[in-house]
Amino acid sequence: MKTYDIVIVGGGPAGLAAAVAAREAGNDSILILERDHELGGILNQCIHNGFGLHTFKEELTGPEYAYRFIKQVLDLGIEYRLNTMVMDIASDKTVTAMNSEDGMFRIPAKAVILAMGCRERPRGALNIPGYRPAGIFSAGTAQRLVNIEGYMPGREVVILGSGDIGLIMARRMTLEGARVKVVAELMPYSGGLKRNIVQCLNDYGIPLKLSHTVVDIEGRDHISAVTIAEVGPGKKPIPGTEERYTCDTLLLSCGLIPENELSRSAGVQMSPVTSGPVVNESLETNIPGVFACGNVLHVHDLVDYVSEEAKRAGQNAVKYISGGCKDAESSEVIELVATEGARYTVPGTINRERMDDLLTVRFRVGDVYKNSFVSVYFDDERVVHNEKRILAPGEMEQIILQKKKLLEYPNLKKITVKIEKE
Amino acid sequence: METRELTCIGCPMGCQLTVTLDGGEVTEVKGNTCAKGDIYARKEVVNPTRIVTSTIKIKGGDKERVSVKTANDIPKSKIFEVMKDIDAAEATAPARIGDVLIKNVAGTGVDVIATRNIEAV
Amino acid sequence: MIYDVIVIGAGVTGSAVARELSRYETNVCVLEKCEDVCEGTSKANSAIVHAGFDAAEGSLMAKLNVRGNEMMDDLSRDLDIPFKRNGSLVVCIHKEAIDGLKDLYDRGVKNGVKGLKILSREEALEMEPNLSENVEGALYAPTGGIICPFELNIAMAENANMNGVDFRFNTEVEDIKKGEDGNWHLRTNNGEYITRYVVNAAGVYADEIHNMVSANKMHIIERRGDYCLLDKTVGGHVSHTIFPQPTRLGKGVLVSPTVHGNLIVGPTAVDLENKEGNNTTAAGIDDLITKAGDHVRNLPIRNVITSFAGLRAHEEHHEFIIEEVKDAPNFIDCAGIESPGLTSSPAIGEMVGKMMKDMMGLKEKANWISTRKGVKKTEGLSIEERNALIKENPAYGTIICRCESITEGEILDAIHRPLGARSLDGVKRRTRAGMGRCQAGFCSPRTMEILHRELGIPYEKITKSGGRSNIVIERTKGEVSGS
Repeated sequence: MKTYDIVIVGGGPAGLAAAVAAREAGNDSILILERDHELGGILNQCIHNGFGLHTFKEELTGPEYAYRFIKQVLDLGIEYRLNTMVMDIASDKTVTAMNSEDGMFRIPAKAVILAMGCRERPRGALNIPGYRPAGIFSAGTAQRLVNIEGYMPGREVVILGSGDIGLIMARRMTLEGARVKVVAELMPYSGGLKRNIVQCLNDYGIPLKLSHTVVDIEGRDHISAVTIAEVGPGKKPIPGTEERYTCDTLLLSCGLIPENELSRSAGVQMSPVTSGPVVNESLETNIPGVFACGNVLHVHDLVDYVSEEAKRAGQNAVKYISGGCKDAESSEVIELVATEGARYTVPGTINRERMDDLLTVRFRVGDVYKNSFVSVYFDDERVVHNEKRILAPGEMEQIILQKKKLLEYPNLKKITVKIEKE
Repeated sequence: METRELTCIGCPMGCQLTVTLDGGEVTEVKGNTCAKGDIYARKEVVNPTRIVTSTIKIKGGDKERVSVKTANDIPKSKIFEVMKDIDAAEATAPARIGDVLIKNVAGTGVDVIATRNIEAV
Repeated sequence: MIYDVIVIGAGVTGSAVARELSRYETNVCVLEKCEDVCEGTSKANSAIVHAGFDAAEGSLMAKLNVRGNEMMDDLSRDLDIPFKRNGSLVVCIHKEAIDGLKDLYDRGVKNGVKGLKILSREEALEMEPNLSENVEGALYAPTGGIICPFELNIAMAENANMNGVDFRFNTEVEDIKKGEDGNWHLRTNNGEYITRYVVNAAGVYADEIHNMVSANKMHIIERRGDYCLLDKTVGGHVSHTIFPQPTRLGKGVLVSPTVHGNLIVGPTAVDLENKEGNNTTAAGIDDLITKAGDHVRNLPIRNVITSFAGLRAHEEHHEFIIEEVKDAPNFIDCAGIESPGLTSSPAIGEMVGKMMKDMMGLKEKANWISTRKGVKKTEGLSIEERNALIKENPAYGTIICRCESITEGEILDAIHRPLGARSLDGVKRRTRAGMGRCQAGFCSPRTMEILHRELGIPYEKITKSGGRSNIVIERTKGEVSGS
């Protein structure tokens, strides 16, 4: 096996954008490792439209969006291996991978970009009681079966969780002839976009029941019915509110988990809030030369932001290899803290010497906030106070920090992001 | 005089809009908290349109389904008629993004086009 | 064809009996109502090899438990089954109950359990630092172990099959009559089977089968137990199997590593009258979590990857019934096989085998194959070993289950072997594909593709575990399958 400067783990939207950016930044020794039989990742099964408004100023479907990047990868002659599983990333950046043609091989990389994406929370992790029959799918698995393989899981569907994939699948299954009876959501608000609630549920008369969960699953061999109930304080089902729905399919859209098994075993430090790596302003993890971007870093709401973030990871990897990304000894690291409504920030630290002129800090809120302010404090001084009519957990928020501004505070230790009522 | 209830899709606020129509003309939009809501409501009650995305059977390719979309918006009321044509259609590999697989679907004047490449095998 | 012996049930008991009978010159057939072996109690239990101090002194249960435990080293080696003697601890957390440990110790010694030792609080905590603060003492049993119950069951069945035992799946016994020819006539959904002898190893259904032939009615109570299985990242939370002190309802909620490195917590104990009632309940899972926390501190229950329930075939006298039915000659019951049934199964097989050898005057086969190789596993292989394997068969280079790192080669092995897998669960129990933290979300479409390709099963007929458990129902676009 050849050696490469940059190994990118994952050929989905993040990996593709990182590869293109690294190539354009001047490195021509890049390898993308993809476990599926084609590039594009989850976008290939997201056949609905709504992608790319920010990046391309037009509304694309998932496969079209992916192909914009795949075409660049092909045109730039970037190397990639399909059907290839990365088995291990060592802390010295040796990547061990395997496929049926090359066997198992090791690549001692100069930089590694983590772009493995995320996976769905399965039934087991939700502790839904009842039988364990066939007919229960995570929404993404059903999406693959319907859109790629061309098979229907069933005709009478109940969906738990109103994440965007669940909403999109409600419409897809309806258009393919199934009857979606109800979407139950544990939280008092939906994690999905308003547009999807209107165009995937309301358009087809599918009810959305907030503060509801599945309390029983019936059917020995195949699912035959579920019971949902309203939940009260502590998310406990309220007795007497049970409603039974006969069905042959239960789809679960109950959250996404960054897929970081490889990162953990490499010794990458993880954030308990995002379940993704803790990164600095360069999207670099605690292991120098290991970068992370996309949903493996934190779950994004729009793929456009994934591409933008991955581009920076790719550029920074090239900078790192050429020695321009080393820690400036003199410079102190500024800590970013999310509190009072803000759940986390990406990045988690900033080194002023290394930061770009403008740095996007992304975060999510923990609840729905109306008519509130996103505030940023430099130590104890409030420097940003942006009024927002609405902040919701389903939407990623961002603030943009100027290097110039940070340099005005030479003793700055801590930047705090919080949500304030006034 | 007739009123219709809508949820605005402009932002996560999801304002509940009440639109008053008189002889098919919008006379009033209430419940919106910004201009986006007004624009959305006027379009949505008079001429609601959607892009339809689905898959079409394809023969001789490395996959048995090719993903497709309507090249432009179609009237919301025609979604299921469009799906009927899409379900009945059959393409032959290879297919390229943008290839027209159904012309003038369900008489809407809009074509259905491929949204991914399928290689012939 | 008239069989010499028909065994009803391909769980761990029936498979152990079948394997022992396969030593002899005799025609044996196993009838199983499900589509695979290991579909009932055998697939949903604590996966523990008990030391043998629990069962009443002098009982058959005590004798077969200790004997089964002794047999496990040789058996696991011969049949290539993952097994580990990790030792078990019965933990006392109430000062006033400390004498109970001594009673268990005495009973264990009388039952023939070797190496038992009563530990002080300090000794127990040193051995197992995550025990509860409240620990007062513990009984240590070094012979306690953990095993893969699927592999134990599958291995014994495969080995029996290699030695000529027929297995008929999806075949449910509906009635049994003594024919005028003196043979047993078994009516099934797949026609009639005739045999000279019957072994009833029907688990929770053993009473129904027994009651078809005997006037002395038997009653099996289904005692449901809920379990939680935790992620491998927390599999090392305890290294021994941690039991509370036993009560009337059984050995209580244990916390144990599994032989594959997960952590298992369970079971609860709820008596039912429902032979198919293996659904979990919210109350059961809550109960489990509360109880498990009594003996083990900081239990990482948030790392649960799945919960499930199993049914113990509890006979009202809490004893194994392994005997020829008095009013039904040539009909042998193996009933009431609840915990420690998994541990005892090889000993039950041995006992029934010897019993039938004497009854039937059986002769040993000259060419009996005593060993079986399991599915070739790739986990833990060096890069050189992997590459040698991939060169020979490229399928070993393709990972299908990312969570457990299972290759296509392993799945092909599981499909193309004696009594090979035909369903997603069949593949899962033979290879662990789909048993990891994503619970088959990633690999199930890929495994379906392999089952479709290798066995020619149309997608719509591929099941989770036989019967009506098909995964998809039809093609999109109204297309007729296979067109």
